[in-house]
Amino acid sequence: MNQWKNFTKGFLKENPVFVLLLGMCPTLGVTTSAINGMGMGLATTFVLVMSNLVISLVKNVVPDKVRIPVFIVIIASFVTIVDLAMAAYLPPLHAQLGLFIPLIVVNCIVLGRAEAFASKNGVGSSVIDGLGMGLGFAFALTLLGAVREMLGSGSFFGMKFLAGDGMLVFVLAPGAFIALSYLIALMTRITKRNA
Amino acid sequence: MAKKLESTFMNMVLVMFLFTAIAALALGAVYTATKEPIETAKAAKLQEAIAKVVPAYDQYTKKQVTPAQGNDPLTFYIATKGDEVMGTAIETYTDIGFSGRVSVMVGFLPSGEIYNTAVLDHKETPGLGDKMDLSKSDFSLQFKGKNPNAYILKVKKDGGNVDAITAATISSRAFCDAIQRAWTAFETEGGNQ
Repeated sequence: MNQWKNFTKGFLKENPVFVLLLGMCPTLGVTTSAINGMGMGLATTFVLVMSNLVISLVKNVVPDKVRIPVFIVIIASFVTIVDLAMAAYLPPLHAQLGLFIPLIVVNCIVLGRAEAFASKNGVGSSVIDGLGMGLGFAFALTLLGAVREMLGSGSFFGMKFLAGDGMLVFVLAPGAFIALSYLIALMTRITKRNA
Repeated sequence: MAKKLESTFMNMVLVMFLFTAIAALALGAVYTATKEPIETAKAAKLQEAIAKVVPAYDQYTKKQVTPAQGNDPLTFYIATKGDEVMGTAIETYTDIGFSGRVSVMVGFLPSGEIYNTAVLDHKETPGLGDKMDLSKSDFSLQFKGKNPNAYILKVKKDGGNVDAITAATISSRAFCDAIQRAWTAFETEGGNQ
C-alpha cells in the first residue's frame, strides 16, 4: 500500500470523527476549546501509534481467541502512561481533560485500528496508520474545539478577540452536536467534490 | 511471515500471563517515575491557592475539622509568620451548586475578616454560574474585607448582603453557602486558637 495514502486517509477520506463517526464521547465532551481538543487529540494519537506499533509487533504470538483481551491490556497500559505523565508534567491540561483520558481505553478508534489494521499489517504501515488516524482525530477535535470556542466564548486558543460571552450554547453540550453536524456536512461537501 | 500461534489452552494462558506481567511492570515503573512530579504539582497548586487567600506567611499547619452541617470535613490551613498567625485558609465546599460540588478556598484574618476567596473547582454553567471564578467576573471580590459577623452571607433576594450574579442565583447561593460553612467552622474552632 502506498504509505503516503495510508497516512493521509486519516485526515479526509477516513477521518475518524467526520467520516467514520468513531470516538464521539471525547469528541463531544472535551471540545469546549481548541486547546482541549488538541490535547485530547494528541493524547489519543500517542496511544494509537504506540498500541499499533506493539500490536503489529506481537500479532503473531497472540492466539486468535485471546487477541481482544491482550489488545485491551496493551492499550490500557499506554493510556495509563499518558494519564500519569500528563498529571505529572501538564497538570493544568490534566485538570481539564482528566475525566476523559481514561476513556481513551474504550475509544473505538484505538481498538478499531488495532483490530482492523495493526493485526493484519506490518510494523511500518501500522505506525503510519496510527499516526495518520491519530492526527486526523486531533485535527478534527482541534477544529471542532476552535469553532465552538470562537462562537461560544469569542476567543481562539485562549486569546480573546471579542469582548463579552458569545453564544453560550456552543460551549454547552447541545452546541457540540450542532457544530459537529455542520462540520461533517462541510467535510462531506469537500471530499465529494474532490472525488 | 511466521505462522500464527495456535489457540491452545496453554498458549492462551501463557500469552495472557506474559502480556499482563509486562504491562504491570511497565506501569509500575511509570508510576514510580511520575509519583514525585505529581505530588509536587499538587502541592504547588495547593500552595498557590493558600497564598491567594491569606497574607504572606512562612509556613502553615493543617487540620481537619468536621463542620456542623455537611458530611465531609473541611481542611484548615493555619498560616503563620514566625509566631504570629497571619490567617486561616479553609478549603470548604457546597453541594447546593447548580451542577455538583463547588470547592472554594477562603481565607480569614485573625480578626475574622475575609481576606480573599478562590474557587478551586466547580462545574457551574459556563457564562452564568462560572462567573463565581475571579477570572470571569468580579463577583467574588465583594467578599474581600467583610466580617461575616456584620455581613450576612446570603444573596439579597434571601435577605443577605451579597449581590448575586445575574441569572445565576443558585450558583451565588452555593458560593455563600460554602463561605458560611467555613465561617461557622472557623468560629466554633475559636478563630485561630
